[in-house]
Formats: sequence, C-alpha cells, structure tokens
Amino acid sequence: MSTLTASDIDPLLSLSGVTKSFPGVRALSDVSLNLYPGKVTALVGENGAGKSTVVKVLTGIYQPDEGEIEIEGQQVRFPTPQSAESAGVTAIHQETVLFDELSVAENIFLGHAPKGKFGLIDKSVMTSRASEILSGIGANIEPSATLKDLGTANKHLVAIARALSIDARAVIMDEPTAALSQKEIEELYDLVEGLKAQGKAILFISHKFDEIFRIADFYTVYRDGQMVGEGAITDVSEPELVKMMVGRDVNQIYPERDHNIGTDILEVEGYEHPTEFADIGFNLRQGEILGFYGLVGAGRSEFMQALFGITRPSGGTVKIDGAPVTIRSPADAVECGIVYVPEDRGRQGTIGALPIFQNVTLPSLARTSRHGFINLANEFKLAREYTERLDLRAASLDTDVGNLSGGNQQKVVIAKWLATRPKVIILDEPTKGIDIGSKAAVHEFMAELAAQGLAIIMVSSEIPEIVGMSDRVIVMREGRIATELNRAEITPETLVSHAAGIREAAQ
Amino acid sequence: MTTTSRMIPDRLQTPLERKLKSWESLLMLVAIGIFIINSFASPYFLNVWNLSDATFNFTEKAMIAFAMALLIISGEIDLSVAAIIALASTAMGAAVQLGVSTEGLVLIGLLVGLACGAFNGFLVTGLGLPSIVVTIGTMSLFRGISFIILGDQAYRGYPSDFAFFGQGYVWWVITFEFVLFAIIAVIYAIILHMTNFGRAVYAIGNNATAALFSGIRVGRVKFILFLLTGLMSGVAAICLTSRLGSTRPSIAVGWELEIVTMVVLGGVSILGGSGSIPGVVIAAFVMGLVTFGLGLLNVPGIVMSIVIGALLISVIALPRLWSMWRT
Amino acid sequence: MKRFLASRELLLLIAIGLLLGVISSRFPAFIAPSNLVAVFNDTSPLILLAIGQMIVILTKCIDLSVAANLALTGMVVSLINIAVPGLPIVVMLFIAVAFGAVLGMFNGLLVWKLAIPPIVVTLGTMTIFRGTIFLLTEGKWVNSHEMSDTFKAFPRTEILGLPVLSWIAIAVVILFTIVMTRTTLGRAFYAAGGNPHAATYAGINVGRTQFWAFTISGALAGLTGYLWVSRFAVAYVDVAGGFELTVVAACVIGGVSIMGGIGSVPGALLGALFLGIIANALPVVNISPFWQMAISGGAIIIAVVLNAQANRTPGRIILKRAEHAT
Repeated sequence: MSTLTASDIDPLLSLSGVTKSFPGVRALSDVSLNLYPGKVTALVGENGAGKSTVVKVLTGIYQPDEGEIEIEGQQVRFPTPQSAESAGVTAIHQETVLFDELSVAENIFLGHAPKGKFGLIDKSVMTSRASEILSGIGANIEPSATLKDLGTANKHLVAIARALSIDARAVIMDEPTAALSQKEIEELYDLVEGLKAQGKAILFISHKFDEIFRIADFYTVYRDGQMVGEGAITDVSEPELVKMMVGRDVNQIYPERDHNIGTDILEVEGYEHPTEFADIGFNLRQGEILGFYGLVGAGRSEFMQALFGITRPSGGTVKIDGAPVTIRSPADAVECGIVYVPEDRGRQGTIGALPIFQNVTLPSLARTSRHGFINLANEFKLAREYTERLDLRAASLDTDVGNLSGGNQQKVVIAKWLATRPKVIILDEPTKGIDIGSKAAVHEFMAELAAQGLAIIMVSSEIPEIVGMSDRVIVMREGRIATELNRAEITPETLVSHAAGIREAAQ
Repeated sequence: MTTTSRMIPDRLQTPLERKLKSWESLLMLVAIGIFIINSFASPYFLNVWNLSDATFNFTEKAMIAFAMALLIISGEIDLSVAAIIALASTAMGAAVQLGVSTEGLVLIGLLVGLACGAFNGFLVTGLGLPSIVVTIGTMSLFRGISFIILGDQAYRGYPSDFAFFGQGYVWWVITFEFVLFAIIAVIYAIILHMTNFGRAVYAIGNNATAALFSGIRVGRVKFILFLLTGLMSGVAAICLTSRLGSTRPSIAVGWELEIVTMVVLGGVSILGGSGSIPGVVIAAFVMGLVTFGLGLLNVPGIVMSIVIGALLISVIALPRLWSMWRT
Repeated sequence: MKRFLASRELLLLIAIGLLLGVISSRFPAFIAPSNLVAVFNDTSPLILLAIGQMIVILTKCIDLSVAANLALTGMVVSLINIAVPGLPIVVMLFIAVAFGAVLGMFNGLLVWKLAIPPIVVTLGTMTIFRGTIFLLTEGKWVNSHEMSDTFKAFPRTEILGLPVLSWIAIAVVILFTIVMTRTTLGRAFYAAGGNPHAATYAGINVGRTQFWAFTISGALAGLTGYLWVSRFAVAYVDVAGGFELTVVAACVIGGVSIMGGIGSVPGALLGALFLGIIANALPVVNISPFWQMAISGGAIIIAVVLNAQANRTPGRIILKRAEHAT
C-alpha cells in the first residue's frame, strides 16, 4: 500500500465501503474513492476492475449493495440519475449516450431544459445557453444542428457540454480521449484545467499513462473490484502504478510454452474497409499465438469481424494453407476453419436462453446430426468432450448459458469453436470481465491449444496478457498496423508507445 | 485427455419433467376444462358430427399458425397471411374462368402463396426492413390486388372435384382438412423440434447476432420461413376457397390477428426465441372449442373474440402478476 | 425551419405536391379550395389518430387498438346521448377524451407495469374493446334518429368556411407540435424510443413515457370516436373496422420509424394527407376505388424502403485519412 494522500483538503465527494454484486460476479468489493475540489483524480485499473461500475454508482444508475456516498461530509443517496445530477455529480460516459434525432441544444438540456411561459421549454434561452457552454469549451457547433449530422469528436464535445450544463461540482470523465485526435486531446486538457480552476472535482478514467501523469493530481487504483492503492500522482512511478493495476509479476502467472511454431496457415494481404481499417497484412503460423494490441477503438475488432465475414471488406485477400478463400459470411469463415470468440460475449458470443450443450453444438450440428435430424446423444457427447477439456463448472449441460458466470460463459464460447476443429481461432479480449481463476484457465488452455498446433490470434488491451502470451504482436493504431514486434521486442513500453504513437518512447 | 475428476450431468430434469411443468400442460388443462364445461353446457356438444364440423373453426388458421409460429420464434412476423389467402384464392378463381383443372388450381394456389412469401422474405432479409411494417404494407398490397381484380364481384364455378379439399371426408367423420391439419402439425413439429433447421430458428430468435456469429446463415433461414408461411397461406387458401365455393376479395379478413393470437396463446413468445408446435396445436383446439361451445350457446362470434382477447392478455399477464405479487 | 427543409417531411410534401399536380392537370376541379377543404375534412379523423399512433411508435411501441377504441368510445357517447340528450357538447367532448384516455391507460399499464409486448396487449384489447360494444348493444346500431341534433351537428358546424372537425384536427396538430417540440414529455418520447439505454442515463423512465404515449393515443382515439359517430350519424360494432392499419400506414408514409425515436407531427399529418388525397382522388380520376388498398400498400412499402435508406447508420469511423494523407 502506498502512502496515503498527504492532502490537507477535505474531499468534496467520497465513497466508502461500496460493494456491488451481480449474478455470478462481485463487481465492487468494499471500495472507496475520494475526489477533491479543484483537483483531478485518476482512476486506473484493468478492464473489468470495476471502474465503469463505480461510475454507474456515482451517477445513480446502479444502487450499491452496501457502502456510503458523502458530499462535503453529508451522506447522500442517488436512487435515480436525476438525484445524482441535482447533487452536482455529472458524467461524460464512455459510450456517448446521446440522441441522434434531437438537436444539439436538446441533447445538452434533455431532462433539465430551461422552462418559459406555461412550463414550455424556452427554446431561445436553451439555444443561447447551449452556445454559451459550447463556446466555453471551444466547440464550434451550431446548437440547432441535429446530432446525427455531427462527427464523433463533435458528438463528444456535446456530451461534455451536457455534463457541464448542470451546475456540477464533480465531473466524471470516463475515457474521454478514446475517440479524439491528438489536437482534440490537447483541447480537452485545456478544458480540464479550466474546470480545475473553477474548483470542480474531477474523476478522470483513462488507460493512457502519459495522460494520467500529465493531468492528474491524485490516483486511485482498482483491481478485480477492490481498491488497491491511492495517493498523490507525484509519489508514484509508472511501473509502480502498472504493478498495482496488475497486482502480480507480469511473467510468472502465464503458462510456460515451448513456442513450437510450424508453417504458415493464414495469410492476409491488403485488407481494407472504407472507414474502419486499411492496409492490413500479416501471416499466422501453426502453433503460434499472435497478439493484436492497440488502444480501444484502434480497429482491431473491426478488422477481426471483417476477417470472420461479419462485415464486408472493400479489398484484400485471405489465404488458408496457401489457397485463396472468399469469406462473405461467418458461415463461410467457419467452413474455412476460421473461428472468432467475440469480445461482446452476451450479445455476440452466447445465446443465453439456450442450454450449454445447444450453444456448444450450434456450429457443429452438421456433424452431430444425420440427414439434418438432431441426434441428442451425439450432441451431449460432443458438448461433454469439449466443455470438460475446458473444465467448465455447471450444474448440468442442460443449464441455460445465461445462468453461468462470465468465465464459464467464455469457456462455452471457446468450446463451441473448438468443437468445429478450426485451424485458426481468433480470441477478442478473451479474459475481459472474467474472474482470476477462469482467466488462468483460459490462458493455460490457449497455451495447450497452441502446443497442439492451432494458430491463435489474440486481441487484447491488457498489456500483461499480451506480453505473457504472445509469440509475436501486431500493434494497431487508427485502423492501421503501427508495427509488428517479435517476442524479444515485446515490452509494455514498446507496446504503449506504438499504440499511442509516441515516438521518443519507442527507444 | 478427458480424465476429468468431475462429471457434469447431461440433464437434471428429464424432458418429461420439463414438459409436465410447461405452458403446454397448463394449456392442456384449460382445453380439457373447456371441453368438460361445454359438454355440460350444451347437449349438442358431444355429437361427433358437430365436433367434426367444429374443426373447421381452426384447421385452416392453424395450418398457417404452425408456419407463423416458426417465424415468430425466429423474431419476425407476417401480418400479410390473410391477404395472401385472398390473392391466392383470387388467382385460383381467375384460373377457373380460363378452365384450369383442379390440379392446376392447387398448383396456382401454392405458387401464389410461395411468391408472396418470397416477396416478403426478400423485403425483410434482402433489404433489411422490419417485418412488421413490411407485412402491413404487403397485407394491403396483396389484398388490394384482389380488390382491383374482383371489386365487389365474386368468383364461383369451381370444379366439383375441387370441393373435396374443404368439404370432403377421408373416413367416417374425419374431414380431409383435419387430416391435412394433423399431417402439417406433425411435419412442423418435426422441423422445429427435431432438425438442425429448427435449432437454428430457436438460436436466431434468442439472439440473432450470436447466431450469425456462430456461423448460422440467418438471412437464408428467415427467407425460408417467409416462404413456408406464404406456402401455408396458399394451402389454407385452397382449403378455404374449396369450402366456401367462392372467392371474394374480403375472404379471410382479420385472420392474421387470429392466427397471431393462436400462436401467442400456444406459448410462443412474441419477442421470439421460445415456443413449441404442440403448444400451438393445443391453442388451436382451445380456440376452436371456445368458438364452438359458445356458438352452441348462441353466443355471437364477436363475444367469443372478447374471450379470446382476454385469454391472450391474461395468459401472459397472470404469471407476471403472480411473480410480482410473490416478490 | 432549416432542419425541416432538409427533411423527410419536405420530401413527402413534394410528393404530395406532385400528386396534386398530376391530378389537377386532368381534373382541375380537384384542387378547387372547396374540394381541398372537403378532402382535409375527410382526412381529419386519420390525422388525429395518426398523431397519437406516431407518439406511440416513437417510444418503440405500437397501438393496434385505436380503431376499436374509437368505435367503443363512439358507442359509449352515443348511448350517453340517448340517455341524456341535453348534455352540453363540451361535456360530451370531455367524456370522449377521458374515456378514450382510460382505455389507452389500460394498454399503457400492461406495457409499463407487466412489460407485456405492446403488439400483444393491443391485439388483445382491440378484440376486447370491439366485443364490449357488442355486449353494450347486443349488436344493435345507434341510428341517426336516435341521436340528438346538437350531438350530430357539432363536427359539421362551419366556422370561417371550415367544419369544426377540421378545426379540431388543426388544433390538435398545433397542440401536439408544441407538446412534441417544447415540452419535457415531448422530448422524452424521442429519447425513450431513440435510445432507451441513454434515456435511462438521462433520468427518463422509459416505461412511464410509454404509458403516457398510450394515454395520448387513447385520448385522441376517444375524441375521434365521438367525431366519427356524430359525423356519420351512426354507431355500431364495426365502425372503422381495420382502420388501425391505415393509421399505422399513415405514420410509416409520414417517415415515422417503426424502430422508434424518429417521427414528427408534420410527418404524421402529411402521411395522413397523402392517403386521404389518394382516397378522395381515385373516384375523381375515374380509377375504381378498389385500387386504393393496393396503392396504400405500395406506398407503405416504398416509404419504408426510403426511410431505411435515409436512416442507415454509417460504420464506425476509425481511419483518419486526412492525417495519414500527409
């Protein structure tokens, strides 16, 4: 535990002993968080550490199971989003939660629009106040424009303006720079400085360390739903912060591998899409784990989904075992031996209301059935074979997948694909949001699969995972390949610097 | 490799246990209850000829309901089914005027049904449009074409052997339609519950995105379901036209809603993903028995629709109210 | 205004203009003011219902019970008229709106509190409402001679050359234009349907918003119920049978997205007018009125195809071509 905040200031907003559970997961366990007036507190942690959950608790979307929220020493409760707003807590959310069909001014003031005569919304006041706020943050946006006509960066500014439209004392910024260009990020920093000068307490959530050290005054680190450290940013170094985040020595807990790499199995050349990615080319060999690293929104998942036939690329070729193949749909991809374990497990990976065995056999039905007729005995046999290999924990194979924990759901998805006997398996954030135990099991299993000669692509935003598992890493930035690193070159520093496009750090 | 210390059982409940606790068994009790009440309420109820006649109340609608059940389980809907009946019947009527034989008429009825289904399927899966609006549109379009062709006229003069489909008996009191209904029920039960295609239908209805990501050809499956619904509408058109012996453009008006009611009453979730053919079969009997029983008591059809409507809402509302009350 | 000019509403307005142009090129009498007034008056019930339906569809729901609500409320006010012939029209209007609203609230409660899919709820209430008319009357009609003269005269009374029915449609259009653009509730309808997840973040109760949408739809259906039976001077079980689908059609043609969140009062108005003009023009241009159904079906399909094209969301923009171009 690092030294406690040497601050003389009392926190404006403080959270203590907060616990929040969901079926199968304990998202927050006895965490605390302090925000100080006129200061920026950075909240750091890996994906699934509980950062988003704490934001939802602070903004009245989730109710904590236990724990207290205090503002200036007064205990408060946020049963609804409005109650959080009226207490002066506002958030700029990770996903832009805005309304395409409404105007910019209406988006900014939805739920708290200025009222005029007869209780009607006073459009002129609303418009003028909107343009005040927008020009205050240096945004050149017409308040009467319809939101859907705006670009991503401008939408983000509208979201910021919305947060500032209520007289907030505490502002939460959840990965505010993820979708912004370097120039826009600089403007955001100025904005944060301005808010600090006004005495607002700011919670800044980010994955980018350069950002954190540049803008934050204090830090708080969460890991697996627990608070593991807090203090002044000047008292901590980057490696210390990383260590707190990861909580273990990066290399030790990853499985030993003998790196027995065979011949080329997948060759991709010149893959491109009008807006999502361009010029993607690489090869993948048997028994190899190829990591894809990049910041959130670098286009990794988008490329993988094109490779898997979900979206149509505008150009490029794929070869399997040297033979060119055309992939127009996931069904085509599966036939070619390419399978994809998606990041969004609940929406794209599992069919929650169907039992485990049906999820597992869904792409393999042609093999378990005869002339298109279901054979349950074969299905159970196949499902059992693969779920047991993955050490799945479930009451029975007839249990609905939706009732399983995140880690076990992920095992079902992986089992589903292994049952098709693929040549290439793409794992998109394979351990996101799953508990430590399952994480280790998934990693062990990946190593085992590679040893058996399967070619693995692993998309991950977790540096330790990339470092611990990959034979080779492709770093993507803004829809393109930034660099390719071989095993000796894979270090957290090189990954971060290439992903963020920082030149001097690339040694 | 599979020397795991721990075995996960295949199942905790046998399929039979699941069935006993299911919607279908609840509905079966309702059906039996109605049957008993009816037999006490009217002395004419337990007459085989009356019962045989009563099956016409639901057989044609149920044929479409089976295909509709698959469509709704997959997350789509087709409100144009009754309009397809009108168009197919009109096409057959027009063909009669040209002297087409009974075989030809059947073929025309089926082909028109298929074509309409293909049109719906193309608009929904090819162009990615929401099926509820598309089929409200095609419902007007298909029946509208009948109105253009027929106006306030009617086609009659169907060949005498054509009457068999809607009026013929196969054996004793067993009508051809009832046999057809039973065969179609079995076929759809097999398709939905025993084939890979049926499994894909459930997967799509529960989570179309995950189904797509699992290598299911979602668009193709949905297109086939629209084709099947169109085809069954064509079959129903043949039976109904044969039974009535004439075609007016207003034939089968409002059936789409009765058919959807039958499907939902049968335990198919309107949101997709769950439901069974046995459920729809029982629902068909329930609706037929209610209609027939009330008819014997000289209760007019419109009041029966209250019962059906109330049944539709309460069978869904009561379990939810019950679970709300308990918590 | 600038938004309006670049919108689907404008496209539809142009389509209506073209339609009128084509008709008037051969039958100039059709665009004579007196005839246009008649067309508008004839379309007024559809306009009223389409506005209510538009609001319901905005919130990702659908109300198939509007026509049955209209018929039931129409019958109820007719029976009240027989029982209490001297009741002032204002009271009658109030009863119609309130009764319709209560029917709408019933739909809304089932959708909000029990989370039953709206299509199931309104499919059920549709048959229940119609059946109830039968229970009230045993299938008998309420005919013209049984209704009081003031009861019948109200919608037809002309003010400044326009029947009251038309004035009511105009008033409702204005009222709901204000409600939808200038009130918190109006904006909540858009938010709840356009992005329910985000609406929750913004503190909007999606279920309650849907409840109010059904209430408004019901109230307008009730109002239309009185106007309908008094205008045609007859009330019976099958009044406006199947009209619910015409109402949905008017909304779809008016650019209302069935997926929720997209639609406007002017759109619903124009969608209704489009169908109203076609219905009134067919006999004039000597096309059998039997064409009407197929034409509106075709129009729905074309409208939904066009709407889908316009609303197609572009993919994620990750590539920064400008930055890499240098």
